[in-house]
Amino acid sequence: MTATPIQFGIFTVGDVTPDPTTGRTPTEHERIKAMLAIALKAEEVGLDVFATGEHHNPPFVPSSPTTMLGYLAARTERLILSTSTTLITTNDPVKIAEDFAMLQHLAEGRADVMMGRGNTGPVYPWFGQDIRQGIPLAIENYALLRRLWTEDVVDWQGRFRTPLQGFTSTPRPLDGVPPFVWHGSIRSPEIAEQAAYYGDGFFANNIFWPNEHFKRLIGLYRDRFEHYGHGTREQALVGLGGQVFMRRRSQDAVREFRPYFDNAPVYGHGPSLEEFTDQTPLTVGSPQEVVEKTLTFRESFGDYQRQLFLMDHAGLPLKTVLEQLDMLGEEVVPVLRKEMAARRPAGTADAPTHAARVAAERSAPAAGRTSEQTAGEQNEKGAAV
Amino acid sequence: MTSHDSTRAVRLAVVSAGLSEPSSTRLLADRLAEATRVALRTDADVAAGMDVEVTTVELRDVATEIAHNLTTGFAGGSLREAIGKVTEADGLIAVTPVFSASYSGLFKSFFDVLEKDALAGKPVLLGATGGTPRHSLVLEHAMRPLFSYLRAVAVPTAVYAATDDWAAPDDGVTPSLPRRIARAGGELAGLIAPRAATRDARPEEPDVVPFEQQLAALRVED
Repeated sequence: MTATPIQFGIFTVGDVTPDPTTGRTPTEHERIKAMLAIALKAEEVGLDVFATGEHHNPPFVPSSPTTMLGYLAARTERLILSTSTTLITTNDPVKIAEDFAMLQHLAEGRADVMMGRGNTGPVYPWFGQDIRQGIPLAIENYALLRRLWTEDVVDWQGRFRTPLQGFTSTPRPLDGVPPFVWHGSIRSPEIAEQAAYYGDGFFANNIFWPNEHFKRLIGLYRDRFEHYGHGTREQALVGLGGQVFMRRRSQDAVREFRPYFDNAPVYGHGPSLEEFTDQTPLTVGSPQEVVEKTLTFRESFGDYQRQLFLMDHAGLPLKTVLEQLDMLGEEVVPVLRKEMAARRPAGTADAPTHAARVAAERSAPAAGRTSEQTAGEQNEKGAAV
Repeated sequence: MTSHDSTRAVRLAVVSAGLSEPSSTRLLADRLAEATRVALRTDADVAAGMDVEVTTVELRDVATEIAHNLTTGFAGGSLREAIGKVTEADGLIAVTPVFSASYSGLFKSFFDVLEKDALAGKPVLLGATGGTPRHSLVLEHAMRPLFSYLRAVAVPTAVYAATDDWAAPDDGVTPSLPRRIARAGGELAGLIAPRAATRDARPEEPDVVPFEQQLAALRVED
């Protein structure tokens, strides 16, 4: 795998939503099969990443992401399989360690993971947790997950989970290099701080909110990434969301998408499509307009490593989504790759891949692990003493 | 350190949930703001001649954006500006018409979209208007608990203006509306002055708690 400056892909919520133009609601089975078709199409049109959400309540179907991604691993060759997000608060970190290490082996390293806290209140008690402990859960569970991936035998005791004595999480990560981790956040500076501390990626899901908020959040992450000694703030690993609907002619895109927008979960029945496109990354128009709007992201947030588009929610029919992916892959992403590469300053980090991470690990000195330990990790060990 | 240049002016925010134009709610809000301004300017005990900048937010003007904030989770431009005026002020005057035995839904919705701690510790003067004096305890039974929940510091005198109050004489038993307004404004000025005087000396809140502290907090009770 050669170095990729920026990875383009799609992320799906996995909602089962009636098509507002026909009133028809797909079955769960139809929606699951549609998600798979969409993922396969993403590879076919040359995208780099497919990421699925994780939900434990209707109207969402993806409760079991690594099962779905494992299937896709066998059906794809190049696509990186990821999540958006994996619930670090309510999942057992031991099971996350095992599931994603297994996925990594099945996918020959084409797997990474995005951690998130989840914002559906009842999911916490359903899984035996307390939503008011959201941030502490995210911190403790992730600290354990890292140890399970980097240490062969773990003795551990914490606040939220049964202690572990002499536990080995299997399978061990592929090539001794765990899946790359993104930390997803919409509003919490604590999560930006967590990502910076570990030198992990920070994915700002900016699609529902205005720019200024995310400028602060990403700026904080970049500053703290540098503070913890992982590199310059320009070398921090940033991912962004996007949301588009395209037709050759702008007015056709607006006319076709408006009923889906007006009735969409999350923002339907609120601001107008025009207000929302003005204030958020949503672009409804021609492929050229999508290119222009997406190119403004790097101006707002700095050059970044992963761009994921939301393409398949709000009841859009599968056929329409596949047409959208054709346009995205053929007319938008190739232009963005070229334009972004031309604008990218030297020294900007490349997008993380398993191959690159293995190469970095191998090129490190033999005594390896201590010398390449980050400032953050050393501090963590210090704090634990 | 006795100079009071313009950068040290006291910032007083006024939120009015009146719906008609002109509205008696806005009229009461303006009178309360003026009483506070006069007290800050003239009362030697509290502020010794502080300048006062009054900014007024008419919730009617941002009503649509408040509704959108409830559905989208973020504030549009005008609402963001209004929220900024309120949260950055040294003191707040909040006035609502009485609707169905409480503050109006628009009034409540504005305070619903503020960040959780946005008003913590902020001096607030409460006011309400209605067609009849029989609703006056809305101030004590609805408004005051709301601002207690938000951990604002509500001044003891809250002012209710019924339609008749605008022409009622001072009968020697109940203080007239102007006297209640002056007393309430004086109380708010008394809370604002020391806060405004030390505003610049207070350290800024850090953007984030350092991660070591977050980790350490989880291990304290091991």
